[in-house]
Amino acid sequence: MNLSELTIGDCGTIVDFTDQEMSVKLMEMGCLPGELVKLEQVAPLGDPIAITVAGYKLSMRKQEAATILLKR
Amino acid sequence: MSEQLKVALIGNPNTGKSTLFNDLTGLNQKVGNFPGVTVDKKTGIAKLPNGHSVEIIDLPGIYSLYAKSRDEQIAFEVLYDRKGTLRPDLVIVVADASNLKRNLLLYTQVADLNIPVILVLNMIDVAESNGLKIDINKLSNKLGIRVIAVNARQNKGVDDLKQAIANATRVATQLRTIKVEELAPELIGEISEKFPVSSPYEALQLAHQHENLSSLSTEQSDLIETLEQKHSFHSSSNQAKETVARYSFINDLLFDCVTQDESAKGETFSNRIDKVLTHRFFGLIIFVLILFLVFQSIFTFAEYPMSFIETAFLNLEQWLSRVMPDGVFTNLLINGVIAGLSGVLVFLPQIVILFFFIAVLEDTGYMARVTFMMDKLMRKVGLNGKSVVPLISGVACAVPAIMATRTIENWKDRVITILVTPLMSCSARLPVYTLLISLVVPDQKILGFLSLQGLALLSMYLIGFFAAIGAAWVMKKIVRSRERGYFIMELPIYRMPRWSHIGLQMYEKAKTFVSEAGKIIIAVSVILWVLSTYGPANKMAAIDNKYETLAKTAGNDQKLLEQEKSAEKLEASYAGILGRSIEPVIKPLGYDWKIGIALITSFAAREVFVGTMATIYSVEGEGDNLVSVRQKLSSAKNPETGLPVFTVATAFSLMLFYAFAMQCVSTIAIVYRETKSIKWPLIQLAYMTAMAYFAGLIVFQLLK
Repeated sequence: MNLSELTIGDCGTIVDFTDQEMSVKLMEMGCLPGELVKLEQVAPLGDPIAITVAGYKLSMRKQEAATILLKR
Repeated sequence: MSEQLKVALIGNPNTGKSTLFNDLTGLNQKVGNFPGVTVDKKTGIAKLPNGHSVEIIDLPGIYSLYAKSRDEQIAFEVLYDRKGTLRPDLVIVVADASNLKRNLLLYTQVADLNIPVILVLNMIDVAESNGLKIDINKLSNKLGIRVIAVNARQNKGVDDLKQAIANATRVATQLRTIKVEELAPELIGEISEKFPVSSPYEALQLAHQHENLSSLSTEQSDLIETLEQKHSFHSSSNQAKETVARYSFINDLLFDCVTQDESAKGETFSNRIDKVLTHRFFGLIIFVLILFLVFQSIFTFAEYPMSFIETAFLNLEQWLSRVMPDGVFTNLLINGVIAGLSGVLVFLPQIVILFFFIAVLEDTGYMARVTFMMDKLMRKVGLNGKSVVPLISGVACAVPAIMATRTIENWKDRVITILVTPLMSCSARLPVYTLLISLVVPDQKILGFLSLQGLALLSMYLIGFFAAIGAAWVMKKIVRSRERGYFIMELPIYRMPRWSHIGLQMYEKAKTFVSEAGKIIIAVSVILWVLSTYGPANKMAAIDNKYETLAKTAGNDQKLLEQEKSAEKLEASYAGILGRSIEPVIKPLGYDWKIGIALITSFAAREVFVGTMATIYSVEGEGDNLVSVRQKLSSAKNPETGLPVFTVATAFSLMLFYAFAMQCVSTIAIVYRETKSIKWPLIQLAYMTAMAYFAGLIVFQLLK
């Protein structure tokens, strides 16, 4: 599954990325393989989303979240 | 030591870096510009305990040395450029102690560049209240550098930092964090031989960023490109490897130096606020209420200081015209320079008030939530969540609104926002709309309570808004960008605003506007003054003679004569000649040459329209008396046809023209300043004029 499929309050562990260019940016922001993420909020219009990762809150669009592969 | 030590502050956004900069330098700072980018270059002088002083440079907030926007590139550029005047002798990495893991990534990059470095752990109070215990001595030993805990908001630890700067050596002491050479051994080796790098990591950074570095020549950049191909270097997979290695170093480090008190975890205060402020339903309502408050405040609070400034300048003009001898110089001073100056200063209250709110919203962390909530909507039309605030502010005045686009990192989104913001109906259009609506729209109520004139005014605002959205959508398709659009943004924790920081920001914005846009505005005002005061000498002399004779004739009203004289002079002036020469072009829109003059003079500022119409139709008394201007205009007849000049068709055509046309020198000046290029203001001027012309044409031809 990928990050855009989580529901609010759900957690997952990052396993891999589907887009290398995007993965570099995400990793710099602390989204690394092995890191636990939790979906905190969804914007009122359904996109973007906000997650907790590495101890802080990060928001991204669903299209970017879809490049992050998770395992439960 | 003869030369002053240079110290650069570098760190992630939202780490309190600017507050620390203010604490270190006090009011002893200068805001300038880095060449080619739009980040403010803030430098200041800090006094050290040993009596020496050092120059502090505040670099833009970044998460990594790998730049994601043009503005971010400046950070590595400053650290690399050997010839640059800013290259620091010491770098202070400012890290948010409550979020060390991500913040230390930038530290490890800077440390590997082999520049002397000090690590500051800011917001140590937040970390402690989150239950984080950081062993600072251990961290310091493991990294091989001084680590200082600071609470910049309360000015705690700043003296320790100053002492550490004073004690800093010019030799880098830090231990290497990762084995950089292993990432690309041959390539790093070859670049290190051919370029003056002080560390393998600097060589690797050159490999990644050579295309963006202005201090490299094209040949140098091409050479690196060739080397990369030779060693089949792949930039993004290499960066990914590097980042993984850096985080594994950081994880080991934090495992040894930081302990987390689990009992302090749980739902944070910030998270609970977010549940309300970004709520599906209440989130949007609260946002609209806040916007309403900001907007109302700009109009209500700015009104008094604005009319005070206007009155003060009016009094100054009157006083000067009494005490100064008649002549060209007095006229230039009063109607050129002072009129221009007053046109600049009158915007100040709105700018200061808007930036007060923007600074508060930014500082508390709410602005990031606005972006978060509005991104989807704005993205559909080619804008960005952060475009909302500039667009709304544009209803007060496009100048501060365009200055507010600096928060948009993505260059394309930012340019589009700048290009469309002036379409929002700003307050300078209000007198023009009010005059024209009162001329042609009957003062009636429909359905018993809706004022027809009010509805017409509301429609003008809506037209402006939809024009801005539509134009953005078209530009999204046209403007090309190398940057890939993405949205990965930190939502910082909510904090109380720092009032001194906000005061400083308001002061800076005001100063920037007056000094940078002011020059251009005054220059154009003087040019317009020359155009409307001077004309072919023989014609002007003839008018002077005519009125001199008339003035001697007994029984003539001297005051009326003065008005008629200035009307005739304006007609004979270069502006008048221009007005007549553009008449064939504007005739299809329903305008005569008199309106043409007003179009030319209101190029400096839209509200000048009313004053010019007053002069042309030689209105009695002060030019800003709307009622008397209206009476004159409604009785104005076309000398050829005998029909009224201001028909419904002409008035609506004019209103649409003013809605779309770029008639504001201040905006052009600020767009030039913010985009650093003459290209964008010209494109804006061209597209808006074209829109104005065709909208006016279509409306006039349909309604006439």
